[in-house]
Amino acid sequence: MQTQFDFTVVDRIIDDHGAKQSATIAILQDIQEHYHYLPREIFTHLAKRLGMPSASIYSVATFYENFSLEPKGKYVIKCCDGTACHVRGSMPILNRLREELKLAEGKKTTEDLLFTLDTVHCLGACGLAPVIMINENVYPTMTPDAAAKLISDLREKENENA
Amino acid sequence: MLKSRQELIDIRKEYAKYLTAQQHKILVCAGTGCIASGSLKVYAEFKRLLEQKGLPCLVELKKENEENGISVKKTGCQGLCEMGPLVTIEPEGFLYMKVQVSDCEEIIEKTVLNGEHIARLAFQKGGIVRKKQSDIPYYQKQTRIMLEHCGHIDATSIKEYIAVGGYTAFEKALFEMGPDDIVKTISDSNLRGRGGGGFPTGRKWSQVARQKSPIKYIVCNGDEGDPGAFMDCSVMEGDPHRMLEGMMIAGRACGAHDGYIYVRAEYPMAVERLKNAIAQAEEMGLLGENILGSGFDFHMHINKGAGAFVCGEGSALTASIEGKRGFPRVKPPRTVEHGLFNEPTVLNNVETFANVPLIITNGADWYKTIGPENSPGTKAFALTGNIENTGLIEVPMGTTLEEVIYGVGGGMRGGSEFKAVQIGGPSGGCLTTEHLKIPLDFDSLKKVGAMIGSGGMVVMDSKTCMVEVARFFMSFTQNESCGKCVPCREGTKRMLEVLERIVAGKGQDGDIELLEDLADTISAAALCGLGKTAPSPVMSTIKYFRDEYEAHIYDKRCPAGACPRLKRIHIDPELCRGCSRCAKGCPVGAISGQIKSPFVIDEKKCIKCGACVSTCAFHAIKED
Repeated sequence: MQTQFDFTVVDRIIDDHGAKQSATIAILQDIQEHYHYLPREIFTHLAKRLGMPSASIYSVATFYENFSLEPKGKYVIKCCDGTACHVRGSMPILNRLREELKLAEGKKTTEDLLFTLDTVHCLGACGLAPVIMINENVYPTMTPDAAAKLISDLREKENENA
Repeated sequence: MLKSRQELIDIRKEYAKYLTAQQHKILVCAGTGCIASGSLKVYAEFKRLLEQKGLPCLVELKKENEENGISVKKTGCQGLCEMGPLVTIEPEGFLYMKVQVSDCEEIIEKTVLNGEHIARLAFQKGGIVRKKQSDIPYYQKQTRIMLEHCGHIDATSIKEYIAVGGYTAFEKALFEMGPDDIVKTISDSNLRGRGGGGFPTGRKWSQVARQKSPIKYIVCNGDEGDPGAFMDCSVMEGDPHRMLEGMMIAGRACGAHDGYIYVRAEYPMAVERLKNAIAQAEEMGLLGENILGSGFDFHMHINKGAGAFVCGEGSALTASIEGKRGFPRVKPPRTVEHGLFNEPTVLNNVETFANVPLIITNGADWYKTIGPENSPGTKAFALTGNIENTGLIEVPMGTTLEEVIYGVGGGMRGGSEFKAVQIGGPSGGCLTTEHLKIPLDFDSLKKVGAMIGSGGMVVMDSKTCMVEVARFFMSFTQNESCGKCVPCREGTKRMLEVLERIVAGKGQDGDIELLEDLADTISAAALCGLGKTAPSPVMSTIKYFRDEYEAHIYDKRCPAGACPRLKRIHIDPELCRGCSRCAKGCPVGAISGQIKSPFVIDEKKCIKCGACVSTCAFHAIKED
């Protein structure tokens, strides 16, 4: 854990959007994109710069599902459980992914911070249901086996790079 | 930077000339669906191959293109998402499906250079090969006007949009019509909001135009949160300029100078294409100060959602743009009076704005010739589920459900039996066989307890359990309830609990009545539209499939055989060899028996996990 948090990145993001309340969500989104989550240190800093109570910023950060106060994995897997995917069998895929990632009940991120598994409602690729999304890429017509293979491929890639 | 109307007219002529001069076009679908199937790789391969062969490859619309070139374009959604990546070759008009990188060479050699058709890549059904898009029943039965450019022009190029007549409506609105004329044309056309409610757009605009405030806003709702819907996504990705044009016309009509587009975070491609489109329009001088010397200023902003379904509700959406929690508020005052930043605001959805340029160009009378009198125009639907052709469709309002499913959709997948279609997402309801002849328009659907909603249509066959579908939607709304008002926050939770126990085989006498009672309270007392309609999927399934609820509750049986907890797992004594493998694999010790004689499953202990089924080498364990 860093003792002294470096606010250079955060300040740059605030300057990009302008220090105003209406930019709160956009600022938080960019901070999250950089750190993969919202580090707790940023809240008092943001409060000072935007001139609003940190509670208000917390209230926004905790309201929207995309924000995370916990560190997220390098690969964020979004398993679509929209209507079309649900009807064509998204649950077996989700269960298989949980199994492959060895995620205990209630856990979303693996210990090694490599994977985070989330469900989303509809990625807008219903014609290809069921789909999953890993970071920004959508993978169509998934099966539990195909999803498991994606995970093992990513793991292999990480091991090679390591 | 264009400074006058004449400059825009001149440049349009020029671009149109370049576009018609393009002899051969390779149109690669770059909608979310096809990209997921690998269309960008196909696009890159076409470019690489053309360069390698020394053929003139044109990516951008410009003067040099007047010579005989081959253009490669990334287009918006071409419709048949499941058959992606889709590639259309012009001028032949051949539509190729599931195109792989390895097919590109053959397509260039045979089709592009020699005009030959490749039957292997064409749409085939029942032994009939359909060469062109216009030969395929899926397209023949549609009326694509709002989506006319989707799949035909480069979605990332303002030049192509202008070449096919883009921004003529905006031009007309700036120089030939006064604000009142625009509002009147939209009112006369009877265009109704495509976001679900069907509120007359003209009335909304005139209410905002009337407000005295000097600051007004135009907001586009691109927070298409309904699971199973992707029409707006396809418009934003495939023809972003058309939607911008609609918003700019609205700005001119109502005296607003700022437009905000709120797009959900799950649509990164739409955000990218819109940002690109706005930058292009600014560069050309179609957005900014004193547009084309008319004295009219308009600026466009994009806001990315952060994953809250409730932000599709008007007042929650504006709160979110303001950087607050996306809570809906009590109305009145309505958004037209106190909307974004407390100023009068026009809030329409993507499809509504995309219809506006058409109406301004062709007039209200033309628009009213399409579809029924009380809901004119077309409607885009996202057709998904257990149906042969899934994808994006556009049909005139008032088309019957039967035509959509059996005509455009090509019937049920694998010839299975039609059971119901869920329409309108978590706020909608289901339509069954008795509704096949019903015209799809705002008023007819309302009468039978469903709604058009934004236009997601999920087709279900006899293997889909309707109680489970109701539970699915309730779990969705419960999860997405913003928590501000008690009826929705607590009511949906209680309804979900009841539905969960019914599908788990623990339903009790009186559960159906309890659901009805809760639904009644929620729809009467919830704060916003999403809360009020949250019980609709449950109410509509109870109305049409009450027998399925009763079978779950009283007989502990799922008629569709879909609920795992209500499955009966038993061992066929004829096939069982008594090897004991299943008994060893059972996590709860529910299987017992003597070696070499048939084993049995204790129904009381069995948790229906199905682990035993796959372990049996003799296929003696059956689920029903």
